[in-house]
Amino acid sequence: MSILEQLEEIKTQALCELDAIDDNKKLDLWRVQYMGKKSRLNEVLRGLAALSIEEKKTVGATANQLKLELEAVLKEKELSLGDMFISAKGEDAIDISLPGRKPPLGHLHPISQVIDEMCRIFVSMGFQAVEGPEVEWDYYNFDMLNIPKEHPARDNMQTLWVDYENEKGERPMLLRTHTSPMQVRVMEKIKPPLRIVVPGKVYRYEAIDATHIPMFTQIEGLAVDKGITLADLKGTLYEFARRYFGSDRKARFRCDFFPFVEPGVEMSIECIVCKGAGCRLCSNSGWLEILGAGMVHPRVLEGVGIDSTVYSGFAFGMGIERIPMLRYGIDDIRLFYGGDLRFLRQF
Amino acid sequence: MKVPVKWLKDYIDIDLSPKELAHVLTMSGTESEIKYLGESWDGVIIGQITAIDPHPNADRLRLATVNTGSGMQTVVCGAPNLTIGDKIAFASVGAHLIDGHTGEKSILKPAKIRGVESCGMVCSEMELGMSKDHEGILVLASDAPLGKPLAEFLSDIVLDIDVTPNRPDLLSVIGVAWEVAAITGKKVKVPDLSYSESGDAIEKQVSIVIEDADLCPRYSASLITGVKIGESPEWLKQRLMACGVRPINNIVDVTNYVMFEYGQPLHSFDYDKIKTNKIVVRRAKNGEMMQTLDDIERKLDGNTLMITDGEKSVAIAGVMGGANSDITDNTISILLESANFNAAGIHYTSHNLKLVSEASMRFERGIRPDLTVHALKRATRLILQLAGGCAAKGIVDVYPQKQERKSLNLRSSEIKRILGVGFSNEQVAGTLTSLGFEVDIYPNDEYMVTAPYWRSDINIEVDLIEELARIIGYENIPTTLLSGSIAHQEPNYLMDLKSMVRHTLVGFGFDEIITYSLTNREMLAKAYASNTLHKEPVKLDNAMSAEQEYLRTNLRSGLLSVLQSNLRHEEGPIRIFELNRIYIKRENDLPEEPEIVCGLMYNPEQEKSWPLHTQPFDFFSVKGVVESLLSSLNVDADFRQSDDESLLPGFQAEVLVKGNKIGVIGEVHPKVANAFDISEKVYMFELNINSLLTYSLQQTGYQAITRFPSVIRDIALVLDSGVTHKQVTDIINRFSLVNEITLFDVYSGKQVEAGKKSLAYRLIFQSAEHTLTDKEVDKVLQQILKKLEGALGATLRA
Repeated sequence: MSILEQLEEIKTQALCELDAIDDNKKLDLWRVQYMGKKSRLNEVLRGLAALSIEEKKTVGATANQLKLELEAVLKEKELSLGDMFISAKGEDAIDISLPGRKPPLGHLHPISQVIDEMCRIFVSMGFQAVEGPEVEWDYYNFDMLNIPKEHPARDNMQTLWVDYENEKGERPMLLRTHTSPMQVRVMEKIKPPLRIVVPGKVYRYEAIDATHIPMFTQIEGLAVDKGITLADLKGTLYEFARRYFGSDRKARFRCDFFPFVEPGVEMSIECIVCKGAGCRLCSNSGWLEILGAGMVHPRVLEGVGIDSTVYSGFAFGMGIERIPMLRYGIDDIRLFYGGDLRFLRQF
Repeated sequence: MKVPVKWLKDYIDIDLSPKELAHVLTMSGTESEIKYLGESWDGVIIGQITAIDPHPNADRLRLATVNTGSGMQTVVCGAPNLTIGDKIAFASVGAHLIDGHTGEKSILKPAKIRGVESCGMVCSEMELGMSKDHEGILVLASDAPLGKPLAEFLSDIVLDIDVTPNRPDLLSVIGVAWEVAAITGKKVKVPDLSYSESGDAIEKQVSIVIEDADLCPRYSASLITGVKIGESPEWLKQRLMACGVRPINNIVDVTNYVMFEYGQPLHSFDYDKIKTNKIVVRRAKNGEMMQTLDDIERKLDGNTLMITDGEKSVAIAGVMGGANSDITDNTISILLESANFNAAGIHYTSHNLKLVSEASMRFERGIRPDLTVHALKRATRLILQLAGGCAAKGIVDVYPQKQERKSLNLRSSEIKRILGVGFSNEQVAGTLTSLGFEVDIYPNDEYMVTAPYWRSDINIEVDLIEELARIIGYENIPTTLLSGSIAHQEPNYLMDLKSMVRHTLVGFGFDEIITYSLTNREMLAKAYASNTLHKEPVKLDNAMSAEQEYLRTNLRSGLLSVLQSNLRHEEGPIRIFELNRIYIKRENDLPEEPEIVCGLMYNPEQEKSWPLHTQPFDFFSVKGVVESLLSSLNVDADFRQSDDESLLPGFQAEVLVKGNKIGVIGEVHPKVANAFDISEKVYMFELNINSLLTYSLQQTGYQAITRFPSVIRDIALVLDSGVTHKQVTDIINRFSLVNEITLFDVYSGKQVEAGKKSLAYRLIFQSAEHTLTDKEVDKVLQQILKKLEGALGATLRA
């Protein structure tokens, strides 16, 4: 049998056997038999050295051709066996609808999430996030914010006082009723221009019910510089509302009173539920009050030694719990601090 | 403040609908809501009481037979003022009412009261939502049409105004009229104050002395003799009721009416009971007692201002009158007081005595002394009209230090500097004038402005700017973004660190908890096996309850309670943490408020369900969390045996960084767990974030990746069981060719000698300079084993 005939025989035999193969093991044996080091094809190729140059050319070309051909059919067979594997061996198939092995996943508290998100927005507008003490002197919490003793404005913020008496027999220590004392603390240290936001806990003397708790969270903002106007206050808070509540959410300002600002304003956004049409959530007004703000009162600026005829500024303060309550329709503020994982794991 | 719209229209023409009116007032700073009195009175009609019988089973209840116009109904009623013949408000079953006890809205249901069927109810003012009065039933005028809906007879539209503390002038109907005037451009019509004075000169009959002028800047009074006390006319009674006040008699009603009209509280004395014909205004003597109108004997202190007749006290100034000078049906002469009292003084007294009245509420906000005479004249005129009598000639008006109305300079430049927009002369002058201000326009766009006599809140230039902004409208102020430079800002490393720790723990499967900072001593002590507190917590002066009287000194108690309560509805595993402050008392200073992160891990044995892979749960589970957390913050920590009282001895360690303690980890002491009803093992970690901040560093460099292959050798060492893993690795780590040591087995048992244990390590050798040969590695390994043997008595396990 000539070498070329031998090659032809190998090819016929290989293709014929390959056809019958139905699993990977047999295929592997086939590969060894026809394409391995000790295969007949390799033997033929090794024998080439003994041939004349003329024969080498034709036989070599045919043998290489066969090698390529076998590689191609092998690959094809491998692929088709891959498909057959599942349909043929159903009992080994995976049910991809079984749950995955999840790495454990915790949940950030919804209040932390809101603080993070709001700080991010204000930081991107050039504000710096700072924090301050929760136990405060009435000097920072009231006096320096233009809320004198025996003034009804103090009654609006029912205060929890600390059992502490100084040498003068005064009892000036309290749990801060708002984050605003940080306005004074920061302005005492840093000269304008300044822009800060202050997230933190505040406390009020409140009986606990679905809408009142003695501890809650606020975020405060303050910007002081030459030439800051009420128009800047509006612009900054509009921008915040657009970014936080979405660009189609309308916001409006109206006059309100806080002793440490003048003029004072309150910002409302279009009701999240009814989009302004009027519903139970917004008491049919179409608007939801979300923050109080205003131009820093000249007395507050002068109190920390900032010349109020040269500098001006705005401040704002917002209750944090109200925001997720409105967003998610939560009707009981106590849920935030009750630690019930069935609630907290939803956020 | 409730402002009946009909009453408001006495002073100003209003074209707006009530809803629009409420809206424009709200936008300009006077938060208003519309209340239709009678809006919810479906099912309430006018009835008449025809018979009253005793209740067979109850002494305090009676059975009233009510003629409803279409039949007779019997109702059970406990009111003391049931009178045969009175017209009353009758609610039939299904009517919407306010519950007299809870103040909640309710729907009237058929009821059997002490065995007697009651087919409806005779209503109090409170039940109708008219006032807080639930003492007796509402008695209607005798001409009320029987059987007709109550709403047709009594209803009114009321603006319910939430007045801010700076605007006492808005606690008056005329004050609100001025606001409406400014917004709508209409003119205010002021009431007539004139009356004829046919009596003797008042100076001959009354003298007034102010001893403490700091607490009483002004005292004005008039005298009316020969009055006839009686019921007020229906229009007056209805207006008072709409304001939430119960009519009493024509004199008291007029003083209340004028208080609502002008915002100036008035008080009427029975002149004949002022035996000295003299009023002396002075501070109370410490401990002085007095019986007020409500028949309560009150103890007063030296900061309380009293109205006296020179001998005895007749009223607590600005707060409440005395029982001894009260107007009665027999009163014939009235001394009418219209005074101004110091705001802080009244605030103090009202809070000290826990007595808040319509009068005290106005005085403590600081009303102008100019009001006294206007209100006095108005009230005198009305009393003459309604109760007859004759007024003495003139009034007494003691005003020791006249408070001049302030004139303020207002500059256009300042308006623009604060608001970011300028207004024309016409806008500025027009707006302020419509509010009652007097405005002079000066050259250079400056104005001289004098506030109206009833406004006490206008003190500086920016107060005028607010007036412009709120009346012209905030929507007419432009919107700009901050344009100034941003100052250099120091990064807030503490806040960044807290955020990183929170997010990393969430990534490790922990749920974040926030608990109240206010707690009690017992709860705080529960976190320790000894059940005692070693640090005295910060205590509140006026805690809401004993449950929330102290500021916490640990986060552990709160978290253990949260775990406890969650175990009532789930089995776990539970991983929770809180990152918040604790409060450490300091002498004569605010407490320290360190930031702490505390976490709990709870993972009971449970049925294995797919695809649960069983990882052991023990001390090393919590240690691993802390190790990974610290490693993510580039902190190198050591662990050392510790003696924390919350944790089980022997199963706890303190976390050290550079020799300093920053926290603890370990198994919660079973005694502590039991105190929280937890029977399974709980592991806890606690780190001080402020300490961590000192050591958590920014990454400074990196280690080059070597291109030379590594060589692996596994060794199993037999050691005395007292030798620690750390002792072994400390020695091995001294050999620089060892790149990594991994512990892969810990064994003690039959296959090693008693008192010994086996630790198995995989060592990875690698050089940054060359490919290591087996020979080289074996040589180093022999050195390592020799060192281990010499130092720790380690042998290779056979």
